[in-house]
Amino acid sequence: MSAPDLRRIVDVARLLKTGALAPQDLVLECLEQIEARPQVNAFITLLKESALEEAKRAGTEIGAGRWRGPLHGIPVAVKDLIDVAGTRTTSGSALPSTEAVEDAPIVTRLREAGAIILGKTNLHEFAFGTTSEETAFGPVRNPLDETRSAGGSSGGSAAALAAGMCFAAVGTDTGGSIRIPSAACGTVGLKPTYGELPLEAIVPLSTTLDHVGPMARSVADAALLFQVMKGLQPMPLPAAPRRLVFGVPVPYFCERIDEDVATALTRARASFEAAGHETIDVAIEHASWTPHVYLHIVLPEASWYHAPLLVRHGSSYSPGVRLRIEMGRYVLAEDYLRALELRSALQLRVDRALDGCDALLLPTLPAAAPELGATVMDVNGHREPVRAAMLRLTQLFNLTGHPSIALPAGAGRDGLPRSLQLVGARHATERLLAIATAVEPQISGGPGSVGGGTG
Amino acid sequence: MTPEIESWLAAAQADADRRGLPELKPLLETLARSTAALREADEQLRLRAQPDDHHASNP
Repeated sequence: MSAPDLRRIVDVARLLKTGALAPQDLVLECLEQIEARPQVNAFITLLKESALEEAKRAGTEIGAGRWRGPLHGIPVAVKDLIDVAGTRTTSGSALPSTEAVEDAPIVTRLREAGAIILGKTNLHEFAFGTTSEETAFGPVRNPLDETRSAGGSSGGSAAALAAGMCFAAVGTDTGGSIRIPSAACGTVGLKPTYGELPLEAIVPLSTTLDHVGPMARSVADAALLFQVMKGLQPMPLPAAPRRLVFGVPVPYFCERIDEDVATALTRARASFEAAGHETIDVAIEHASWTPHVYLHIVLPEASWYHAPLLVRHGSSYSPGVRLRIEMGRYVLAEDYLRALELRSALQLRVDRALDGCDALLLPTLPAAAPELGATVMDVNGHREPVRAAMLRLTQLFNLTGHPSIALPAGAGRDGLPRSLQLVGARHATERLLAIATAVEPQISGGPGSVGGGTG
Repeated sequence: MTPEIESWLAAAQADADRRGLPELKPLLETLARSTAALREADEQLRLRAQPDDHHASNP
C-alpha cells in the first residue's frame, strides 16, 4: 500500500476516521498557512473561531463512532458569492452587502457531510473577470509566483488550495471561472453539466451560463465533493473502460497555445496511447463563433441582474466590471436571440465531436497565468487581450453545458503550471470523473506518463 | 460592419457620452465588431441549417 498523501482528502479521511489525525490539526494547519502568507489574499472572511469549534465537535463525533463520511472534519473554503449563514456575501465588491441568514443548499450539503467551512474566498468582482484583480479586497496573488494572477474568477479558492490553506473549495464557472484559476494554480476544477448542482443563494452572473462546482487537489477529492454537493452519498465512481478513446479538437483549441502547453498535450497523448487508449483528431465545427455567441449572452444577462444596483451604486463597482455590465445594456434583443440559436447549434457540434469518443482532450489555458496588471498575453508571438485569451478554450462548454474538468499537466520551462481539460457527454459528469481518475497520472506527468513532469 | 451596425454604434456611443461614460466607447466598438461576426454566423447557419440545428435543447 502506498504512503498516504496528506494533501488529498481521500487519504486524510482515513486517518481522521481512525483517530490518527484530529480535525483541529487540519484546521490549525490551514490557518497557519493563511497567516504565513497574507499577501496571497485568498480569503475575504476567515471563520477561525467557528471552524475551530466545528473541528472540535467533529473530533468528538468521530471519536464516538459517528463518522459521517470522508468529508467529516475536512476544512473547505467557499467562494464569496455563495451564501454562508452569518457571513456577508460580498461578491468581491465594495457594494453594500448583507449577512446571509441561511446557507446556500450547496453549503448545507457540505455541512451535512461533516465539512468545516473555513472561510469565504476572494474573487474577481461579481465573478465578472478572469484574473481576480478587480476586487474591492485587493488582488489575489498566485501562490506559485506572487507576481502572477491566480486566475479567476474563483482565484481565491484555487490559490487557497495551492497554498495548503484549505483541503477543498467551492467555485463558480460562467465562462471558465473554476477551470481557469485551477489551471493557473495547478489544481483540479470541475464544471459539472449545466443545471446539475443547485445555484440557489449564489449571486448570479449569467443565469443560463452559471455553474457551481468543486475545486480540489485531486480528481478523487473533486469527485467526492461533487457527489456530496449533488446530494448523494459518497461512493466509488463507475469504473472507466480499460481502453478509452479521446478526441482532440485540434482546430481552434490547439492552434494558438504556447510551446509548453503544446508539449503537455503531446505528452498526454503519448502517455494515453502507451496505456492502451486511443487519441484521434476531431473538429468542433463553428468553434470560432464561440466568443461572439458568449458575449451576446453573458453581457445582457449580467446587465439584467445588475440594472437596479447600477442605478443606486454605479460608482461603487470596479471600473472595468462596471463597464462590462454597462455594455450589456446596449445588446439588442434580436442579437441575444441570435446568440441563443447559435448556442443550440454549437451544442450539437460538441455532441457530434464526442460521437465515438469517451471524452475530448484539450488545453485549459493557452499559456501560463499572466503577470498581475497585464492587459495582453503573448501566446507564441500572438498578442491577445488577457480576458479573451483566458476564456478562449473554456467558454464553449458553458454555452453547451457539457461537463469539463481541468487537470494539472506538469510545469512549463518557466516552472508555472500548465493544464489540460477533459470534456464529457452532457449528464454524464460521474463518467467524466471516472475517466479523469483513470488518466490523471498520465496527464499530470506522474507515474504512467511519458516524458516526466515538466513541460 | 454593416450600415445597420454602424448606425447602432453611433447611437450607442452618443448615449454613452450623454450618460457620462465616454470610456465605454471603445468597448462598444469591440461589441459592434462582435455583433457583426454574430450576425454573419447567424446568416451562415440559416443558409446551411442542418436538420437538428433548431431543435437542440438548452444546456
